[in-house]
Amino acid sequence: MSGGAHHALELTAPAGDPDSPVHRLDPRAKIVGLVTVTLVAVSAPLSAWPVLAACALALAAVAAPARVPPAALWQRVRVVLPLVIVVGIFLPFVRTGGERWKLGPLTVHEQGLEVLGAVASKATIGALSAALLLATTGFPAVLRGLDALRVPRVFVLITGFTYRYLFVVAAEVGRMRAAVMARGYAPRTMLRSGAMGRVAGALFLRTHARGERVHRAMLARGWSGSMPQLSPLALRAADGAFVAAILIPLVALRVALGVAA
Amino acid sequence: MSCAVHARRLSYSYPDGRAALDGLDLQIEHGERVAVLGPNGAGKTTLMLHLNGLLRGQGELEVAGVEVGPKTLTELRARVGLVFQDPDDQLFMPTVGEDVAFGPLNMRLERDEVERRVAEALAAVRMAGATGRAPYQLSMGERRRVAIATVLAMRPALLVLDEPSANLDPRARRELLDVLELVEGTMLVTTHDLPLAAELCERAVILAEGRIVADSRCEQLLGDPQLLAAHDLELPAGFELGAIARRPRPGGQTVVGGLPLGA
Repeated sequence: MSGGAHHALELTAPAGDPDSPVHRLDPRAKIVGLVTVTLVAVSAPLSAWPVLAACALALAAVAAPARVPPAALWQRVRVVLPLVIVVGIFLPFVRTGGERWKLGPLTVHEQGLEVLGAVASKATIGALSAALLLATTGFPAVLRGLDALRVPRVFVLITGFTYRYLFVVAAEVGRMRAAVMARGYAPRTMLRSGAMGRVAGALFLRTHARGERVHRAMLARGWSGSMPQLSPLALRAADGAFVAAILIPLVALRVALGVAA
Repeated sequence: MSCAVHARRLSYSYPDGRAALDGLDLQIEHGERVAVLGPNGAGKTTLMLHLNGLLRGQGELEVAGVEVGPKTLTELRARVGLVFQDPDDQLFMPTVGEDVAFGPLNMRLERDEVERRVAEALAAVRMAGATGRAPYQLSMGERRRVAIATVLAMRPALLVLDEPSANLDPRARRELLDVLELVEGTMLVTTHDLPLAAELCERAVILAEGRIVADSRCEQLLGDPQLLAAHDLELPAGFELGAIARRPRPGGQTVVGGLPLGA
């Protein structure tokens, strides 16, 4: 397995103190709580800074007792942020309104800057919520939580298999690419990259064959269509308190601001 | 009810018409360890898939006391454990513990019993403590041993291993042998690794073009260079059959240097 693939999967690994009160919460409580933070932030009007600040505060209040190091969170969130920058970087130049400043040949608009700021903040809050969920819960437990929350089983299964096999497939791509390059293949343009197309075709066939083998291995161990669970999840009072502590203030603030606007 | 495997005139053709099994006869008693040798494409994997009802051909087939048929699949799969060649195919759950629990849960066992079996199976392959780890965090040798644990947890009457030593470095191969030597019960091992077959199995059969063409004691079969060469098999250079020391079987006979002790 290549080091790169390893590193990328580590970004979904748990972090912080595994015995913290947050880590010990039911995965369902953390999913509901952190999805609430994301939804409130995303749905807030553009200039509703108090709502965004409250969301950030809620995340900090979860991360602190879980002892998730800020560096670990930043490492995970920074994967998402470049996408936001690519999408939003033109906003200050094209979205007009408010004050204007000259920046060489370009004009920066106040409202554009504000929109960029709001979009970047919302994306960061969303990414932080997801990173915090994974860091305090771990991918397998998140899947079990989704299943217990009645998310359609097909979706949970596909997500689970993707998590399991993404890097097996990525390693396969790496080996095939290396095999092509090792024989001196160096396309000058995209138009001449026919060999890569054939690599993609071969990869599709290999992945399909693997799917059949995995299915066979499941049948061999008596699989009959439903995914068995070892220990059913059990909600405790702390889980309810966690959800209430996040949900009630944030939703109240969001609704109050929505009405005011 | 007496045999672990009873196959008579077993035939199977792939949809493209190629015959993979062609009137195969094989009889394996309870408690035997049998190596299935043969060149690539001889039908070894096809045979293995039949033993678990994953493929169905013509002819008689009774495995672990169960007549193979659509009605007996659940029972059959609880009694026959297949360990596939690529552990990445076998380990499909997010964590090792969930994967080992998969088979026992499909058998609808009680939760305590499932937990007991998971712990027991992982201990048997020396992977206790790996419960919460993800398969991608394991080395090839560790993955192979966990794959064996996923099947041991079902306590099969017959354990079938497909190329268990493929892609293993010498040390991981040794660790695998140490684990397999302690596994009780009937075992069928398809392999190209003749020293592994010699160390693990008392009996060996050669499968060629879908039929059993040789069947005898492992030492005898591996000591016949002409027979091996005729079926694209070869012992490593300098390998001495007499130097193989088979460990005492759990509950079985002790065999050293190809001879049973006290014989």
